[in-house]
Amino acid sequence: MPSVPTPLCHHGPVTAPVEVEPTTTPDEITQTAKPWVTIVWNDPVNLMSYVTYVFQKYFGYSKKKAEKLMLEVHEDGKSVVSSGSREEMERDVQAMHEYGLWATMDKQE
Amino acid sequence: MSAFHRHRRSKLIIANFTGFEADLLRSLAGQLVELLRNEAAVPRDDVDPFEAMLDFSGPTQAPEDPVLARLFPTAYPEDEEAAAEFRRFTEGTLRDGKAAAAIAIIDGLEEAGLPPELTEDGLVIDVELDEATAEAWLRSFTDLRLALATRLEVEEGDEAYWHSLPDDDPRAQAHDIYEWVGYLQETLVGALSK
Repeated sequence: MPSVPTPLCHHGPVTAPVEVEPTTTPDEITQTAKPWVTIVWNDPVNLMSYVTYVFQKYFGYSKKKAEKLMLEVHEDGKSVVSSGSREEMERDVQAMHEYGLWATMDKQE
Repeated sequence: MSAFHRHRRSKLIIANFTGFEADLLRSLAGQLVELLRNEAAVPRDDVDPFEAMLDFSGPTQAPEDPVLARLFPTAYPEDEEAAAEFRRFTEGTLRDGKAAAAIAIIDGLEEAGLPPELTEDGLVIDVELDEATAEAWLRSFTDLRLALATRLEVEEGDEAYWHSLPDDDPRAQAHDIYEWVGYLQETLVGALSK
C-alpha cells in the first residue's frame, strides 16, 4: 500500500468568528453559545490521509489537530470536529457530506 | 500510470493514464453521474398528489439505494423532522456538486485526449489539473470509492478476504478497481498537500 503522504502546510487553528445578529436579545446569545456539535463517524472506506486533509482544508486546523481528530474517528469510531450555532453546524455537516465523510450533528452534551 | 504529483514549475497537478485506465475511470464517473441523476428522491406518499407535483424542493427521506444513502447521510439521526428539513435543503445541492465533480473527471480525461470510443492501443493520457479541478477529482474519488465499497460491502479489516478470492472472481476484480482508485486518491492527497 502507498505510504501516507505528509502534508506540508501548517495553518494555525482557525476559530470561527462569533456572529451576533443585532436583533438577538442577551438571553438568546447566552443560549446559542456553541450548543451544537458536528460529529464525524468512522467508515471502512475513507483514507486516513484524506480525512486529515479535509479537516485541515475545511476547518483550517493545524496538521497536528487534524491528525488527532482523524485518529479519534479511526480508533474511537467518532469524533466531535466542530461546535457552534445550529446554522454553523448544518453548514459544517453539509460540507463534510460534500467531502464524502459520514457526519451528523447533535446538541452539545 | 504514474501517480499524481505536482509539477515543480507550473504547480499544476499532473498524472498520466493508459487509455484503458482513463476509459475505466470515465466509465466509473459516468455511472456515478447516472446514479445521482436517476433516483431523484423517494416519492413522498404523505402528501396530496397535486400538492406533491407543485413541490419543487428537495427530498425529505433518505434514498432507498444504499450507495445514495451513504453519499447523503442523515444529519440528525434522532430527530426525524429536523433530518427531513436538512435533507430538503441540502440534498439537491450536494447531488449537483457530486455530479459536477464526476463530470470534471470525464471532461478532464476527454480534454487530455481520451476519445469517445477507445480503439487505439498504447494511448497515454496526460492530465494537468489546476488546484480547484484537482480538488473536484479528489472529492469524486471519495464518492467513487464509497459507491464501489457499498456495492461490494467492504468492511473494516477485510483485506485478507478480498485477496483470498480467485483472480477471475468478478468481485475480486471490482475490489482491485476499488483499491486502484484508493491509490489514485492517496497520491492526489499527497500532491495537493505539497
